[in-house]
Amino acid sequence: MKKVKVAFFDFTSCEGCQLSKLNFENELLDMLQWVEIVEFREAMDEKADSYDIAFIEGSISTPTCIERIHDIRRRTKILVALGACAVSGGVNAIKNTHPAEWVKETVYGADKYLFPSIPVQPISAVVKVDYEVRGCPMSAPEYLHLFKSLLLGRKPEDSDYAVCVECKQKENECVLDKGMFCLGPITRAGCGAICPANGQYCIGCRGLVSNINKEGAVDMLKLHGFSVQEALKRMKMFCAYELD
Amino acid sequence: MRKDLNIHVHHLTRVEGHGDIEVDMKNGVLKKAHLHVVEAPRYFEAMLKGRNFHEVAIITSRICGICSLGHQLTSLKATEAALGLEISDQTKILRKILVNGSTFQSNVLHALFLAAPDFLNVGSVFPLVKTHPKVVLAALRMKRLANDIGDALSGRAVHPISCIPGGFTKLPTEKEIIDLRDKMVREARADAQFAVEVFASLAGQIPQFNRETEYISLFNEHEYGLYDGQICSSDAGLVPVEKYLEVTNEFIVPHSSSKHARFNRSSYLVGALARFNNSHKLLHPTAKKIAAQLGLQAPNHNPYMNTVAQMVEVVHCIEDTITLMDQLLDKGIKPEKPNQEPTRYGRGVGATEVPRGILFHDYVYNRQGGIETANCIIPTGQNLANIDDDMKKLVPEIVGESKEQITKKLEMLVRAYDPCISCSVHLLDVKFVE
Repeated sequence: MKKVKVAFFDFTSCEGCQLSKLNFENELLDMLQWVEIVEFREAMDEKADSYDIAFIEGSISTPTCIERIHDIRRRTKILVALGACAVSGGVNAIKNTHPAEWVKETVYGADKYLFPSIPVQPISAVVKVDYEVRGCPMSAPEYLHLFKSLLLGRKPEDSDYAVCVECKQKENECVLDKGMFCLGPITRAGCGAICPANGQYCIGCRGLVSNINKEGAVDMLKLHGFSVQEALKRMKMFCAYELD
Repeated sequence: MRKDLNIHVHHLTRVEGHGDIEVDMKNGVLKKAHLHVVEAPRYFEAMLKGRNFHEVAIITSRICGICSLGHQLTSLKATEAALGLEISDQTKILRKILVNGSTFQSNVLHALFLAAPDFLNVGSVFPLVKTHPKVVLAALRMKRLANDIGDALSGRAVHPISCIPGGFTKLPTEKEIIDLRDKMVREARADAQFAVEVFASLAGQIPQFNRETEYISLFNEHEYGLYDGQICSSDAGLVPVEKYLEVTNEFIVPHSSSKHARFNRSSYLVGALARFNNSHKLLHPTAKKIAAQLGLQAPNHNPYMNTVAQMVEVVHCIEDTITLMDQLLDKGIKPEKPNQEPTRYGRGVGATEVPRGILFHDYVYNRQGGIETANCIIPTGQNLANIDDDMKKLVPEIVGESKEQITKKLEMLVRAYDPCISCSVHLLDVKFVE
């Protein structure tokens, strides 16, 4: 079998999803039997002209990002957005909720023109995205599943249901019932409810489910003493772009 | 001898984030030699405005995927200082184990996966899988174990979940600690020793270059200061953490979206080499032996030796983690609730040594427990002026070598600092003026 040519690219992000990829210590060497990594700036010097699969981490936030992503799209057969920043803008998009000039001035003062910056956008706002792996950081098992599916030429499933489903499967005590705030009822699953399983509330890093039951969610938060405003503020940590 | 030299390395590889190296020499005069930081700004401090103290560390962890734990703990320390939240001894021990784990995972990643290919004249770690499988496997096992520590103690190694202001939302079980300790003793010690031997055999590849500078790190008289201590300058001695602004003195340069820093000279160095130079007496005895084996003696003024200092720290962190786990098991893990009852609202500064050097977070909270102003100063930002100064001394010294060789040495120099460029740019001094 001819090895699949894979490339990794990073845009505006913390590079934590790239690191998560290097964290498959047990699977990494096996995977290298099936794929050829042809470009991965964070780990290697070599570059390539074309790719079978390009994995993209990070958001679009400067004019240069737009040029680079168009160039990558032209060179690749399949484009996958990895992690919250690439899929939905992630925490970067909090910037969009403040006036742009104020943000630039408070950081760089009179030197603000030295460093161009545009409102944060997900990759799909600029080019066609074929697949996505959500989460901050991206969920490692989900990424492996997608990777294997693409190698086998099959379409990976999408977990378009609420985190609550997976949380119940894990038999966690309901976070709202514990008196804590939680975004589980409206957040897309696939993470295995990792935050509630570790005693935290769901912070909504995977974005909204597509068929959100808005009224039900609002009622439930009210029942537990939380306002819609509170929910929106917390949701805007990772989903400011989606909610805009 | 060459009179003109022009080097431009676009998007330097095998480093975190985006940086270009630029060198311009005309008629024997060096006009330009610097690291051009082209990473997109992210404006993290602006994002923190108005966030509640529960939310702050969740956001700041996202500054960097590689040192997310370091950002989270530094953030928690700043918040706890601002709100007067006391933490238990058990919480401190758990955090110190986490710091050790993330330091040795990051140091292994840098020394063996990102820097070592230069010594073996390959472009990445991937060819080494075939040519040097034993050391790659040893490095992968060490990385895995460090990540297992992160998973067990904080829920997830990248962007930890259970560390919150005042303590932990979930504690590891004694069995988990026993199993991890067992692996540290049985696997990690041998793997680290093996990696050190491989490194010792490559030591001849490390460029000989010396430039004395100011070395700044945390210093703690009781232990090798990673989690806690005072600021220590090799030129000026100890400075309280609250007075960090007197040390960092940030300034903007047009060729970098990350600010530069200086204290008593035109630049200073932070990171493993600074820690080693300032705190080498406090290293675990085994790590001291390794330093001697690798030819690292304090004070060392060769920035390329930062990678060697990282290997010494790997050994120290493994030994210290075993000691801390023993302390934890001796006392038994007590079920504790995080302390989330603020006793005051105001300003708090936190400083921690993250793998790349000293990190500062500084917050002011209002009476509602929301962030009014925030400032974070990142190790890589503090190193940038020092990197530029190194280049200015290095280029004339090696100008007679081939352009290819000069470029490689410059790339290796920047890599030796293990820069975390995306970290450095989004963390600029912000004051919310309204």
